[in-house]
Amino acid sequence: MQDLLYFFQQLINGLTIGSTYALIAIGYTMVYGIIGMINFAHGEIYMIGAYTALIAITGLATLGIAWLPLVLLVALVCAMIVSSSMGWAVERVAYRPVRGRHRLIPLISAIGMSIFLQNYVHLAQGSRNIGFPSLIQGGFTFGSEGSFQMSLSYMQITIFITTLICMTALSLFISRSRIGRACRAVSQDLGMANLLGIDTNRIISATFVIGAALAAVAGLLLGMYYGSIDPLFGFIAGLKAFTAAVLGGIGSIPGAMLGGLILGVAESMTSGYLSGEYKDVVSFGLLILILLFKPTGLLGKPEVEKI
Amino acid sequence: MPAQNFKHALFCAVITLIIAYPILGLNLEAQGINVTLTGADTFTIVSVFLAAVVVFLFQLFRDNIMGSLQGALSGLSSGSQKEPMAENKRAKIESWVLTGIVVLALFWPFFVSRGAVDLATLVLIYVMLALGLNVVVGLAGLLDLGYVAFYAVGAYTFALLSQYTGISFWVSLPLGALLAALFGLVLGFPVLRLRGDYLAIVTLGFGEIIRILLNNWTSLTGGPNGIGGIPDPTLFGMEFGRRVKEEGNTSFHETFGIAYSGEHKVIFLYLIALVLAVFTALVIRRFMRMPVGRAWEALREDEIAARSLGLSRTAVKLSAFTIGAFFAGFAGTVFASKQGFISPESFVFLESAIILAIVVLGGMGSQIGVVLAAIAVTILPELAREFSEYRMLVFGAAMVLMMVWRPQGLMPMRRIHIELNKQD
Repeated sequence: MQDLLYFFQQLINGLTIGSTYALIAIGYTMVYGIIGMINFAHGEIYMIGAYTALIAITGLATLGIAWLPLVLLVALVCAMIVSSSMGWAVERVAYRPVRGRHRLIPLISAIGMSIFLQNYVHLAQGSRNIGFPSLIQGGFTFGSEGSFQMSLSYMQITIFITTLICMTALSLFISRSRIGRACRAVSQDLGMANLLGIDTNRIISATFVIGAALAAVAGLLLGMYYGSIDPLFGFIAGLKAFTAAVLGGIGSIPGAMLGGLILGVAESMTSGYLSGEYKDVVSFGLLILILLFKPTGLLGKPEVEKI
Repeated sequence: MPAQNFKHALFCAVITLIIAYPILGLNLEAQGINVTLTGADTFTIVSVFLAAVVVFLFQLFRDNIMGSLQGALSGLSSGSQKEPMAENKRAKIESWVLTGIVVLALFWPFFVSRGAVDLATLVLIYVMLALGLNVVVGLAGLLDLGYVAFYAVGAYTFALLSQYTGISFWVSLPLGALLAALFGLVLGFPVLRLRGDYLAIVTLGFGEIIRILLNNWTSLTGGPNGIGGIPDPTLFGMEFGRRVKEEGNTSFHETFGIAYSGEHKVIFLYLIALVLAVFTALVIRRFMRMPVGRAWEALREDEIAARSLGLSRTAVKLSAFTIGAFFAGFAGTVFASKQGFISPESFVFLESAIILAIVVLGGMGSQIGVVLAAIAVTILPELAREFSEYRMLVFGAAMVLMMVWRPQGLMPMRRIHIELNKQD
């Protein structure tokens, strides 16, 4: 019984982390699906989202506003606006001028952007990690007193529900709206979409904006969940989310969701049963293995190289 | 269309404000558990608004500015057009200049301060690393983001061997390089069939795995505490310390009957690094002219065409990867010996990014460019110490700008070619 509870605890923790990875992974997968580049700076966009959310929360607290739903909503909206603007600007400055060149050139540009943004926040906000107030406290516990108790916090429930809402909204947006339809068209064939009168530049910008907004949501949620943020925490999270995107099949949106959840569970099982220090080794090892044996991921389509 | 330009300019200015103001203008400060928000000083806020105004004006008159800039640039380049020098004459001048620089570098340390020589040693280590990565990224076109792992292998090989078996620097130097090359071979074998950007991520993951292992395998590597007491290199059994540590060795200053000075060791290390860096450059230069070097470039330019001409993709890429790793191992051994202490802190991803930045700034594939970039990137932050915290910010921005404006680097690589004598 206890072992089972312990297992379920790890499962819940894994799914919580995994669903935020999925939110970040959407940004990678959509950009890759459309212009075929790895947006290396996406993890930094997520970090900036978390910082903006914390700034908004602290600002509201200074003003004396403490009504929780309002605080969360304002923080979320602020984070999404700043992150989306950042995503738009990054695409405009660093990626659009190098689009269509050799594969490595946009990637190096993206790495430069990632280093730049990390240090931008580092210089403006200091390098130390800052405590993120846990606004949502409490939760349910299962299991008898005195032995192992499984807990499911309200924070975790919030993360699940928010992720679910975001994913549903994104799916509807992609499948129903005009821009969503254009997005799908551009990802199938950029040149053809252009010929048919779709403003591809706008659609590519829109992709970056959507990805950045979802990353900001993840930033707020993970910031509250972990309880502290620092300018470097976007890097590893970005790498994990990229792993999730590759795991699910890069370019596929349902794949990113699935990959995020699988990666989250794999990680929390490692830290639950083996050792927390090696959980990064497991996720990077997983990434290497997938790329070696099934580069298309779980739900991805094989890429045919034309001569 | 002025109206459309105006709207776009306004939009860009607002975006600038949104991305700059919250992060720069409002500072979070941790006081105990509480976090407080303070506004930044007036200077920062004024600069943020100024930046927005500049962006607005630039976007508004974008067409005019770009037009006149283009005109100025084309005027500049047409003015300085001159007859290209004959290739072999140029090569001759180049080799004379290079020999002169090496000779100068040999005698230079005897006249300057200890700190300068120490810094120069570090520069030479970066030169070695950058030349090695240049083979992988610049010549073979394989983006390796985990290059620092091979550097770590070299450094840890020397540190561990000297700690457990007492092996000296000179035995360890080839061993460390060979072990790093072996790591390159073992990693390269499975991953090299991946496409460019996937390869980059896999090597990044590999680099992180090596670092995490070094950090957590406490019983062998000492974990985050690192390994200290790494011995200095010796000159034919002569040690550079005040007292001889090992049986059978003599000390340098006693043998030659000169007064003990700490500088001897520093200069000796510098000279070793110089010889190794020159060796690295020469060996790689040879490789570039050998069939394998041509094959690297052919595969980089057009993989399908190169393969259809019978080049083995795996063998060619693997050779580049292994040779690059070999020289990283070299550099790692020298680094361990110079520092006397190593820990996983020295082998983080940022280090890989710096080496990559050197290669990119210098011009991928160009040896002279890479050497100059290594010197600039290592020395400039030392000269401008008060700006040292902006170092990485500038690096990042420079990488982006180089890719946008001059992806071939500051000193682009020249193709090796032979010109036929003109028939009269």
